[in-house]
Amino acid sequence: MSTIKVDKLTKIFGRRPKQAVKYLEENKSKDEILELTGMTVGVNQASFEVQDGEVFVIMGLSGSGKSTLVRMLNRLIEPTSGDVWLGDENITEMNKEQLRDMRRKKMSMVFQNFALLPHKTIQKNAEYGLEIQGIDKEERAKKASEALELVGLGGYMDKYPSELSGGMQQRVGLARALANDPEILLMDEAFSALDPLIRKDMQDELMDLQQSVHKTIIFITHDLNEALRIGDRIALMKDGSIVQVGTAEEILMEPANDYVERFVEDVDLAKVLTAGHVMKRAESISVDRGANVALRLMKDSGVSTIYVVDKKKKLLGYVTADEAAKAAKEDKGLSEVLISDIPTVQTDTLLADAFEPMADDKAPLSVVDEDGRLVGIVVRGSVIGALAGNDDVLNGNGGVGING
Amino acid sequence: MDNSGQLFPKLPLAEWIEAFVDFLTTYFSALFDTVSTVIEFVTENFVLLMELAPPIVLIILIALLAWWAVNWKLGLFALIGLGLINNLGYWPELVETISLVVISVLISMIIGIPIGIWMSQKGSVQAIITPILDFMQTMPAFVYLIPAVVFFSLGMVPGVVATIIFSMPPTVRLTNLGIRQVDQELIEASNAFGSSTGQRLTKVQIPLAMSTIMAGINQTIMLSLSMVVIASMVGAPGLGTVVYRAVTQVAIGPGFEGGLSLVILAMLLDRITQGANKN
Repeated sequence: MSTIKVDKLTKIFGRRPKQAVKYLEENKSKDEILELTGMTVGVNQASFEVQDGEVFVIMGLSGSGKSTLVRMLNRLIEPTSGDVWLGDENITEMNKEQLRDMRRKKMSMVFQNFALLPHKTIQKNAEYGLEIQGIDKEERAKKASEALELVGLGGYMDKYPSELSGGMQQRVGLARALANDPEILLMDEAFSALDPLIRKDMQDELMDLQQSVHKTIIFITHDLNEALRIGDRIALMKDGSIVQVGTAEEILMEPANDYVERFVEDVDLAKVLTAGHVMKRAESISVDRGANVALRLMKDSGVSTIYVVDKKKKLLGYVTADEAAKAAKEDKGLSEVLISDIPTVQTDTLLADAFEPMADDKAPLSVVDEDGRLVGIVVRGSVIGALAGNDDVLNGNGGVGING
Repeated sequence: MDNSGQLFPKLPLAEWIEAFVDFLTTYFSALFDTVSTVIEFVTENFVLLMELAPPIVLIILIALLAWWAVNWKLGLFALIGLGLINNLGYWPELVETISLVVISVLISMIIGIPIGIWMSQKGSVQAIITPILDFMQTMPAFVYLIPAVVFFSLGMVPGVVATIIFSMPPTVRLTNLGIRQVDQELIEASNAFGSSTGQRLTKVQIPLAMSTIMAGINQTIMLSLSMVVIASMVGAPGLGTVVYRAVTQVAIGPGFEGGLSLVILAMLLDRITQGANKN
């Protein structure tokens, strides 16, 4: 499988681009070059790598060069200089035939205004990429219907694009791209033409879909919230240059310069950071241990609550110090005194969604994985710290990394 | 002619053109003869074919076509209009005019649509062809009637050739325009999925340009009808001859009859082709 490596990719619009490239290498700005040569810098020496299965978002305002950049990846726009590597193949050096083959099999694109063929049915639209490859009718019908089922449009095959809503049309666009089973999906402002509620649904669905298809997705957007929601990593562009590449947290908490900082200052951190980002290691005890052991552990680590798990680390509930002391006195087991009716969240729960369960219970909020196993706890102090922009309280990757 | 007052002597443009036409007639007469034979063969047989059926059968067939392509009102109009032309005694001329128009339009399409497609693919081709089209449309038809007669002598053939020259440009122009007007994002999508130029043309551009191309063909039909009288001056038979004879004899009545017949034919062809385009 291949990763994409973009190396100093540059696009100059104008008649003598070589001269402008030379100026760029001398670190002249876009405005200076426009003044000196009359040529426009579309993309200025962009370099980045995209890993296999990653959702990589290229984000910037209009005119920042993001659409030009994505079109150079499949050479809908010819780069002026620089390289695009797909695995060990250099796309910029492919001849026409190799390029066509690469577009047919490895890289599909989804467009802002859907770009469906109005004279063909949904089914035929989804088949387009396969038809171009010369795949026989039955097989392409089968693959296209599978792709349409995948995006939830199984029942619309005989309709025409104009009979569908915008959100549904873009699902067809997505199905058409997926039908080819490409390694890479290029999505150019794919959801920008949709109204906000539909856009959010589509983002969620794309992420669900990504769980099952595991494509490498390069997603272009001008919407910061969209970038933060779906991007594993984000590249921020300004005036044709990439100003920062990083995860959502890195961009929010450690902006590379003033531009990025101004860009992200209005972001609601509670809708970006997750329980995984702020959770701490939990003190836990197996349910078959005695109450005295629980008391001892709490005393040693200076906490007033301990989490009780079974042999498989599955969370059963917690025991407070008072309850444990009482149980020790009355010689009861932990299972008899533990409070089992407690709210839990998962590592990917947004902080915004964790506020309510946190308010319901005085004890720290417990974070469990899909099988109900305890992975950490969230204390109020970390949440407040994180929302205040203090990155000391964050776990590096938003995953299961735990700093005690 | 006295050119003594001029700084430069008059260019011998007229002589050059004549030398060029001489050159063509000398060295390409075989080509012109072939073209002439083919066009003559096709038109004559087309006329024969149409004369096989009695007028009333053809009138009913055309009326049914108009009904199917547009609505019953146009069918009724065809029935009455063509019936009137038959009643006035111009049926043979009508058949000849239809042949002239149909053959000219078919040849215009066969030549014009590929040229239009070619123009749409390359800016340089467009830059060369556009002035030629302007030339074809604005140069008075009488001017190229003369070489047409030299190359093809008198009769249906120079009439067809002159008609093609005058009426082909809209088909070329609108084919080019229709293809260029296809949404850029669709072209990008087609390219992004790895279409070859031919696949992009046949699966995306031409289907989406179809209604514009049809509008061009409709214009070509109308222009070819307007050439009918001029074509009759070099001996192309048909309703044009009726009108031309009436003009030379200052015969108001027959002139009006011939003209009215042309108008009826023009309206029918226009509505039928437009209707077919909408379907």
